This record gives sequence, structure tokens and C-alpha cells, in this order.
Amino acid sequence: MTITTPAQTAPQTDTLPTASARAATDTRVVMLVATRKGAWLFHGDAGRERWRVDGPHFLGHIVNHLVLDPRDGRTLLAAVSTGHLGPTLFRSTDLGRNWQEASRPPAFATTEDGTGRSVQHTFWLTPCHADEPGVWYAGTSPQGMFRSEDGGDTWTPWSCINDDPRYRQWMGTAQDGTPDGPKLHSIIVDPRDPAHLYFAMSGGGVHESTDGGRTFSPLLKGLEVVEGFNVEDPTFHDPHCVRMCPTNPDRLYQQNHCGIYRLDRPADQWVRIGRNMPASVGDVGFPMVLHPRDPDTAWVFPMDGRDVWPRTSPDGHPAAWVTRDGGEHWQRLDAGLPAEQAWWTVKRQAMCADTLAPVGLAFGTTSGELWASADEGRQWTCIARHLPEIYAVETAVLAP
Amino acid sequence: MEILIPTPLHSYTAGQRHVHAEGATLDEVITDLERQFPGIRFRMIDEQGRMRAHMRIFVNGAAVFELPTPLRESDKVAIVQALSGG
Repeated sequence: MTITTPAQTAPQTDTLPTASARAATDTRVVMLVATRKGAWLFHGDAGRERWRVDGPHFLGHIVNHLVLDPRDGRTLLAAVSTGHLGPTLFRSTDLGRNWQEASRPPAFATTEDGTGRSVQHTFWLTPCHADEPGVWYAGTSPQGMFRSEDGGDTWTPWSCINDDPRYRQWMGTAQDGTPDGPKLHSIIVDPRDPAHLYFAMSGGGVHESTDGGRTFSPLLKGLEVVEGFNVEDPTFHDPHCVRMCPTNPDRLYQQNHCGIYRLDRPADQWVRIGRNMPASVGDVGFPMVLHPRDPDTAWVFPMDGRDVWPRTSPDGHPAAWVTRDGGEHWQRLDAGLPAEQAWWTVKRQAMCADTLAPVGLAFGTTSGELWASADEGRQWTCIARHLPEIYAVETAVLAP
Repeated sequence: MEILIPTPLHSYTAGQRHVHAEGATLDEVITDLERQFPGIRFRMIDEQGRMRAHMRIFVNGAAVFELPTPLRESDKVAIVQALSGG
């Protein structure tokens, strides 16, 4: 199926300066916002002061992830489903003007007795290595890993994970996963070696492959689990988001259900750097965002993980937190954010950093607000509100 | 036979509310729909051959749940979405 999106659709909010007269060549930064009811593209200038909105795309569809291929700077993949139709993927090669549906979306192998699993939605998209143009990975709910070698048009299940009895046991059942289904996410490709991969599962832990994905092994030492459960069993591990430092691929950061961690390879022992967060805030959250050049700098967005796990901003006072020394110390960044009675939070794919200097940050909230900072989080500005619940925000710097 | 297509799937049928498809069983009819409108089957039927949760198919007004159900050329098939939620 092909969908053509009218270009330059009307702004959706009262806070966005319209910029229809601006030449398209002025656009330098694009934020890709995936929501429970569609997707929006926010085109910003190099100063990230003015934004032009393009959308909605796929209005009424659940968009779990919208990703730009950094290898060509124009191909978008969107992981799409609805509350009622089965999941699919759409691909655009012109930054969202036209969309073409994948001819074979991610789907598990069909079993003869019909008892096999079915993909409920694609949750995570990762472009592969720079030397493998057109190759993508996808993570799904329930947990599955898929690979495309034709730019996202056709997808093949990775049986070494999807059908491996050991991994199937670690994946658990729908009752073991997040409320809208257990997920495979955080698929990471080492920029030095496309055969070196990581992925994570909620639940099911963090896993590594050094042979191009033929085999994976758990990477769990040092990670904690909910009290009373077996820390040796990957089933009980719940990594929320794992990231690799762009300029130091030996360093990983992780926001987990049970804290914030750092791992410096070749060691295999995660260190709980979230212990250095104030106890009143804690170190529970979903997103993990890394500086594009400084491996000691990372941002998180804590949420309330007390008693019944409200999963709101702690005390209704949202803030990002940054470490600039690898997690030894943390600093609160809330200038511009609501000082009280703000009960939203930020999901694992809904916070990101650009590659400009100073680094621009952005996050989308469960209440449909899009916030951005052009100075690494020192000052935040709301650039859109009244969007649907935001599931993912990605950012990219485009060539002028 | 005539097939009623629900609005969420009209993007596949170029806006057509009624289409024609051939087949001796419901499975064959849906396969014919897929031939005519690529991608439509997976939105209705999962990879294990199960009808998706909110998808309902009626034949001459009676709900049908099994893809091997035999059909006649004179049958009228209605594909319906059980829309709900906010």
C-alpha cells in the first residue's frame, strides 16, 4: 500500500511558529515523533529555535518507532499498527512525502499446528552498520528479532533468538512483560564490527553476539532484579534501554527497571551508577541518552518507582538528570520544565540527543508534549503540546 | 463473491467498500484478496493463520471463525472491525 502525505500540513499547536515560507534547504534538524495516534516530523533550524511541523502521518495508527537511516539521510522506516489491524512497516525515501508499505513485515515462522507466536507490533528499529547499506534490524512484541537486507521491504525472522528454546524460556509469557506486551529492544550494532551485536528484552535481559548473531549470550553480571527473584535467570531481568557510546563503543549505559548502570568492555560487570542519584529521586526510569562525543556524559529522565509504581515524574516535578563523569555525580536539569503538578513521564524511546554543538536534547511525554533544549538540557522549551501520547522521539541532523 | 471491506482497510482497496473475490473457502477468498490488494491479509490474519483479535467475518450474516469454512459463489462476506476504545 502506498500513502502520500500532503506536504507542509497545518501546525497542530498554538506554540509552533509556522515557517511555510522558509526554504526547505534551511532545515538542519528533524525530530521524528512517534505517537499512539500517528507520527509527526518537526523540522528545525540549525539553532533549534524555530520548528516547522509536518504531520500527522498515519493518523489513527500506533507508531512505535520512526527512524531515519543515517546512511543516506532520507530513508524513513515507521513501525505501525492500529488497535485493531495487524502490524506492518512503512518506508519512505523522501523524508515522509510518500510511504510504501513493507511487502513482508516482521512475522514469526508459521508453525504447522498454529500454536506459534504472532507479532503484535514492531517496537524497535535499528539501521545496521555503515558498511551494510539497506540492512536493518527490528525488535518486536512479543520478543522477536528480525532482519531486512533490502531497506525494510522484506523481513526475515532470526530463528537463533525467536525459536531457540532457551531464549523462549527467558522471554517468558505476556504476563511477564510490560503492560502492552513484552518487547525486544535496544538492538545495537558495534560501529567497529557489524558482527558484534547487543540487544535487550523486557523481560529477558541484555544479550551479546560476536558472530553476527548466529549465537548470543546473556550479559547480566552486576545487574539487579526485583527482590526475591533469581538474579542468575535472564527471565527476571528488565533492561529498559541500553545505549552504546558513539565515540567509545566499549562503553555501554543502561537504564534498567532496577537502576542505572554502566559497563566498560571487555569487562562484563555492570556498575550501578544510579546509586549516586539522590535517594529522593531514585534511579528508575526508561530513557538513556548519550552524548555524541563525550563518553562520560549521559542523560536520564527518572520516574516514580515507589510502592505501586506510579510511573509519573517524582512528586509531579519532572526533570532530566545528567552525569558528566560517567555516573559518579548527577545534576538536575529542570529549568523551563513545570515546577509542580506535572504527572507525565518519558518512555524509553522518547528522549534523544542530536549531534550538534552544543548538543540538542528532546523528549516527548506521555501527555503529548514535545520538549527540547538547544544547550544540553540547561534550559527546556515546550515546542508542541496536545499531541497524542508520545512513544518515541528520534532526531537527525540533515545536510543543508 | 461480494466482500464488504471495513473502512480501516479501504487504503488497500483504493477506497472500495465492496470488492469481489474468488475461492471455495474463506481462506481461499482471503488469499484472493491478498492477490488483489497486497498486504491486506496480514492486517486481518496473523502468521499462524489466526484471525486477529478485533477482526470479525460474517457470511450471510453469521459469524465465521475458521478459515477452512467452505463458501459458495452466492455467499455475501462481510469483514468487520470490532472497533472499541479511545
